[in-house]
Amino acid sequence: MNLAQEVGLVAGKDLRIERRARVTLQQILPFGAIVLLLFAFALDPDRGVLQRVAPGLFWVAVLLALLLAVGRAFTIETENNARDGLRLSGLDPAAIFLGKAAAIGLQLVLLEALLAVGVVLLFDVSLSSIGPLVLATVAATVGLAATGTLYGVLAVGLRMRETLVPVLLLPVVSPVLLGATRAWEAAIDGVPSDAWPWVGVLSVFAVLAVGAGMLAFGPLLEEA
Amino acid sequence: MQPVLRLRSTVCLLGRFPALAGLDLDANEGEVVLLSGGNGAGKTTLLRLLAGLLPVHSGEAEVLGVDLTRDRRSHRRELALVGHETACYDDLTTRENLEFAVRASGLPIDAATEAIGRLGLAPLADVVHGRLSAGQRRRLSLAIALARTPKLLLLDEPHAGLDAEGRAVLDDVLADASKEGRTVLVASHELDRTRALATREVVLTAGQAHGALEAMPRPEPART
Repeated sequence: MNLAQEVGLVAGKDLRIERRARVTLQQILPFGAIVLLLFAFALDPDRGVLQRVAPGLFWVAVLLALLLAVGRAFTIETENNARDGLRLSGLDPAAIFLGKAAAIGLQLVLLEALLAVGVVLLFDVSLSSIGPLVLATVAATVGLAATGTLYGVLAVGLRMRETLVPVLLLPVVSPVLLGATRAWEAAIDGVPSDAWPWVGVLSVFAVLAVGAGMLAFGPLLEEA
Repeated sequence: MQPVLRLRSTVCLLGRFPALAGLDLDANEGEVVLLSGGNGAGKTTLLRLLAGLLPVHSGEAEVLGVDLTRDRRSHRRELALVGHETACYDDLTTRENLEFAVRASGLPIDAATEAIGRLGLAPLADVVHGRLSAGQRRRLSLAIALARTPKLLLLDEPHAGLDAEGRAVLDDVLADASKEGRTVLVASHELDRTRALATREVVLTAGQAHGALEAMPRPEPART
């Protein structure tokens, strides 16, 4: 098998497990929606505030849901010591990384679509410039999924991983929160030219995160 | 007969504890080696070290022509380990777990079907792993290991949880090993049964090999 086939095999396995276990559908998606709702309750009745901070709230909700998705992606490798099976399989560690990141990324895309609808309906926001908004979201999602996968495997063998992953991961992905929020603000305010520099920042972050993950995932999996 | 593994003064530390404390061991192609010894003698550590899952801290260790002090990954496609846990995914069926392992090893999907038949797993092919009994899970582990057609088969307490039929299948696997040119290392407390099928026995005590290394007679395997 070539790298792409191995990536597809790992991603397909993770997505099949999620489709059957329905953790994303029944826990992670509702969690993201609840976070948005809580923000709406907390900041109402001043809807002007909600509209101004909607991009930041959206990405905070995505980040919190990312923590659940990453935890879930590596819990399945811990049960029955499945990570030993992965290590002995002969699969390229870079392919395992890309496959798991792709599965997390696809779950995030689903979540983001739902949350975007929630932002429009709850916060009365109009998404006018779709181009930069979509590109910023794609770049941010790739960066988040790659970084989450890398930090997920880093903590997989640790007893306190549920609390350690947020502490390690959230500071590292803060540039994504900043860049994606600024890009969304520009797109929503109807000044798409202001969004492009942030799309660039998010793209650079995504490339670096994928590159670092492909290099570091193997050694980290061996030590897990 | 070709040498398959060679350990000299091999040390493996678990934390600061020397789980293997200067072990010497050889095994050739087609041999079935019984590893006996009390709890904590180092049997599981030895099998995991041979699979490349644990590091060699000092001494020499060569498995399937690969020096494990330098490279713990290259030989993995040519071996299979049946450990205490199945390394399977609870939300995948028997067939899906097998197919994932087979495809990850770069083997044709037919190998999964053949292993299902050989281990009598056909009635359980569409049952998710989480619903299998301990014995059924053990059979699935064996099926995955055999489907990979390994040159070196490492079995850690393979009789645990198996019913009479499963034990008979395991006996066949051990009996056929020499004919198939496969080397098998079996760590077991089922000494009488395994001795009947092994070509020799290595007794481990406190991480070192002791006792009989002589060739053993091979009577007909027990079928109880």
